[in-house]
Amino acid sequence: MKEHLDLLREMVRIRRFEERCAELYSSAQIRGFLHLYVGEEAVAAGVMSELDPQDAVVSTYRDHGHALARGVPMDAVMAEMFGKVAGCSRGRGGSMHLFDASHRFFGGNAIVGGGLPVAAGLALAHAMRGEPRVVACFFGEGAAAEGEFHEVLNLAALWRLPVLFCCENNQYAMGTAFAKEHAAGDLALRASSYGLAAWSVDGMDVLAVKESARRATESIRAGGGPCLLELRTYRFRAHSMYDPERYRDKAEVARWRDLDPIDRLVAVMKHEFTDDELGALEAEVSVEIDHAVAIADAADLEPVTDLTRFVTSEVTP
Amino acid sequence: MKTTYREALREAIRDAMQRDDRVFLMGEDVGSYGGCYAVSLGLLEEFGPERIRDTPLSESAFVGAGIGAALNGMRPIVEVMTVNFSLLALDQILNNAATLLHMSGGQFPVPLVIRMTTGAGRQLAAQHSHSLEGWYAHIPGLRVLAPATLEDARGMLWPALCDPDPVLIFEHNALYNLSGELSDDAGPVDLTRAAVRRQGKDVTLITYGGSLAKTLTAAEELAADGIDAEVIDLRTLRPLDADTFLESVRRTHRAVVVDEGWRTGSLSAEIAARIAEEALYELDAPVRRVCSAEVPIPYAKHLEEAALPQPASIAAAAREVVRGG
Amino acid sequence: MPSLGADMDEGTVIEWLVKPGDTVARGDVVAVVDTSKAAVDVECFDSGVIEDILVQPGKAVPVGTPLATIGTADGATAKPVPVKPAAPAPAAPSAPAPSPKPRPPVAGPLVRKQAAELGVDLTGVRGTGRGGAITRADVQRAARPRTVTESPPRAKVTPYARRLAKELGVDLAQVVARDGIVRAADVRAVKPVPQAGKPAAPVVDRTATTRQATAKLMARSKREIPHYYLSTTIDMSVALARLAELNRDLPVERRVLPVAPLLRACARAAEKVPQLNGFWNSEGFEPGEVVRLGMAVSLRGGGLIVPVIANATDLGPVEMMDRVRDLVTRARSGRLRGSELTEATITVTNLGDRGVESVFGVIHPPQVALVGVGKVLERPWAVDGLLGVRPVVTVTLSADHRATDGHTGARYLEIVEKLLTTPEEP
Repeated sequence: MKEHLDLLREMVRIRRFEERCAELYSSAQIRGFLHLYVGEEAVAAGVMSELDPQDAVVSTYRDHGHALARGVPMDAVMAEMFGKVAGCSRGRGGSMHLFDASHRFFGGNAIVGGGLPVAAGLALAHAMRGEPRVVACFFGEGAAAEGEFHEVLNLAALWRLPVLFCCENNQYAMGTAFAKEHAAGDLALRASSYGLAAWSVDGMDVLAVKESARRATESIRAGGGPCLLELRTYRFRAHSMYDPERYRDKAEVARWRDLDPIDRLVAVMKHEFTDDELGALEAEVSVEIDHAVAIADAADLEPVTDLTRFVTSEVTP
Repeated sequence: MKTTYREALREAIRDAMQRDDRVFLMGEDVGSYGGCYAVSLGLLEEFGPERIRDTPLSESAFVGAGIGAALNGMRPIVEVMTVNFSLLALDQILNNAATLLHMSGGQFPVPLVIRMTTGAGRQLAAQHSHSLEGWYAHIPGLRVLAPATLEDARGMLWPALCDPDPVLIFEHNALYNLSGELSDDAGPVDLTRAAVRRQGKDVTLITYGGSLAKTLTAAEELAADGIDAEVIDLRTLRPLDADTFLESVRRTHRAVVVDEGWRTGSLSAEIAARIAEEALYELDAPVRRVCSAEVPIPYAKHLEEAALPQPASIAAAAREVVRGG
Repeated sequence: MPSLGADMDEGTVIEWLVKPGDTVARGDVVAVVDTSKAAVDVECFDSGVIEDILVQPGKAVPVGTPLATIGTADGATAKPVPVKPAAPAPAAPSAPAPSPKPRPPVAGPLVRKQAAELGVDLTGVRGTGRGGAITRADVQRAARPRTVTESPPRAKVTPYARRLAKELGVDLAQVVARDGIVRAADVRAVKPVPQAGKPAAPVVDRTATTRQATAKLMARSKREIPHYYLSTTIDMSVALARLAELNRDLPVERRVLPVAPLLRACARAAEKVPQLNGFWNSEGFEPGEVVRLGMAVSLRGGGLIVPVIANATDLGPVEMMDRVRDLVTRARSGRLRGSELTEATITVTNLGDRGVESVFGVIHPPQVALVGVGKVLERPWAVDGLLGVRPVVTVTLSADHRATDGHTGARYLEIVEKLLTTPEEP
């Protein structure tokens, strides 16, 4: 089915992009912090496939997958990583702060939980104008310990704000295992205690993610109020580029790698597509990435004389 | 017409909401309670619960929601009950409201207005008596205003709402009952200039917000003593209208800054530094500052009074710079 | 050596997991590297056969250093693992090779304080204390004067007083400081020193005589001249905006104040209304050949002096301001030249500094007009049918009804207003 091919393409794009970023970071062309999405691709691909262009997306510092799946052009993302003015944030944001107004991608946010209140506000505007929109708000399970999580879920449920809370539970908040982070372990249950619909989803199964996102967005658009999806997933790589991973053992990582979402979808698609067709997809993606890197490399830096621009708006309405 | 600062603010909100459907007010107890300081009394009945929204006690959530709504086409007025509680929303204000435009390379302006009550003087003790305008004035990306008169209470809100970038409006708690004459057709005012509230030639007294009245009283005291003080109401704390106070200091050659924040690292320090940077060769005496004592504001009345700037201490500082220690 | 973190500059190979001859595939872990924080697995990004190990375990190398070469499977040697050198960090300079520098003098805070008080430069002092440290005795020895001359302690003078002294030509050494600090008032209190070789001028109480002269003049004016008075309030926002623009490029001491455009306007209007620019005598009105603009300056201790701005209509705003500054300063210190005090054809009295809104003055005979200028104030103002706030100034005309009537006076004020409110003033 075309749907499967689109999902696979999205996941492979993200996977290869992230792998290339790791390489570029090692050779110091990408700097600062780099948080890779490898292993979690099914979440971004599955959820984004159920959103409309007029919906809105709020993300975290682990935002490359979300941005790419949302449609932010790969060259603009790569150029941003290189700090070039052609980047989606003019090189001002870097890896953690990808923004794209034309795709209604309201940013990667570096403060854990910092995007939730903004997502609630975006949704409030839609609700006040009576628009059947969804605001997809991505955050990790670590954010569920921050005050903002509790304040915002309560507010969203109280005012019936059209937010789709996507909690990407990858078991570790940086180096802190889930069990050491949360006293009450069932996140979906906790979320539902705020008065909104919540359920757990196998985040390594892109079709399950897509289906749950479909049901949730349908409900939200119909005025059913906010929903929370707890997407159980795993990041195969470290928290960020520099992380010795002392907090988890390699056997665990290997176990989760067996659940690789890309392999699982390919297994489902074996009956629909030939190896050649799948290979062609990889080649396409490889070309796209090479192209993005070349563009980013050749692009200009923003002139230093522009340093103090964009602190206040330049166009006064 | 005779009116009060509180009523002028209410009229400003009503006027804004009538002019533009995108404007709405959101905050704790702004609706059914009528506002902690009765500023929004009657507005819920007039505009309904969609546009006068009571929020739960969730500063971070509703300030952030204000940011999101502003990003998405609305013009919210978020009321944080006092600057003391704004600390719970500091991350949203600094890391989102002030910063989104820059981080996104100019794509996402945040046309949000946040109103907050500020200041001490009512024996509300340490946690309810802060003056943190100086902290907020430190942050690029924010516009910070301090209306101290009826005209400004009435006139600053609409231009603030028209600003595509975030604006913080600080209302000193002692001003709500201020009463006086306001022109019937009072309307929007300029947001960029400081105002000379009293002309003088011997010393420039620079202040803002709740300290303006005390400074004017001090000026009267000084006049009886043969010292003619010029009083400048800053009105805008970020960006500062340095031209106005520098021009004044160049004439009077002496400056005293009155700021209810704690002295160390306060807005008064910024002003004194600007004077030293740009008008050093006009100064006939060091710049003096009258600020709150370096203590958490105490409950007991006599202690609180001693901790805050007062007309007597302001006048004493002025005498010192005019006549010498 | 890969970059493994934002703050990593170098790393040390702890262990090689491959050796020359081993086949590796992209993504294989080939070595363990120690950074300052922990041991990290390092992967390679190429496939092939390990050829040479370039960096042995135990050696710290900077990020970007090639660690090993990988050849393609058929034996051809590929380039060493390419690592793009990081773009040079803009701020951090590389550590220079240590070059011998003079050691800074070793001295404790008390010793330093004493040295400062005595004016001793510590870099020239030999320390006899432990480890070459400079002691108080060392400082005192160094401070003992070898020659007789000693620089006097630096006086405390406020910046404004210092500047004023320079402007007035006052020697600060002659100024008496009231409480150890010299202020502007102290500088002004200095009487000018009489010229050597000339007999000392008789001490004249200048204040009293000036007052008397003014009194006589004013009385005569009121007795003889039938005054009429006109007033207009002018929106100064255009003029002030222009000033702000001018002042952006000017140093502080030359900034142009509103008095400059006001005086210019008064002068140029007088040029256009010559009936107000001249003298009344027994024959009637005698127009002045040019506009010589008198500017009333109040003197400390009372009394008025009216220096004349000779070619007021020709001066641009900056020049006008310079001229005004100069005349006022010299007027107040009694150093005007005779030629600067005669034959004003029209006078302006500016009481804006005093905070007065409008002034209706007394004409100085034999002139036929006096222009009064008040303070520039912010006032509510109607602009295009809307209420705004504008800086406004009230300009008045006291005129001799023998020479002109209200119509002419009104025209004059109208022209002043036009000159101040029209943006493109040539």
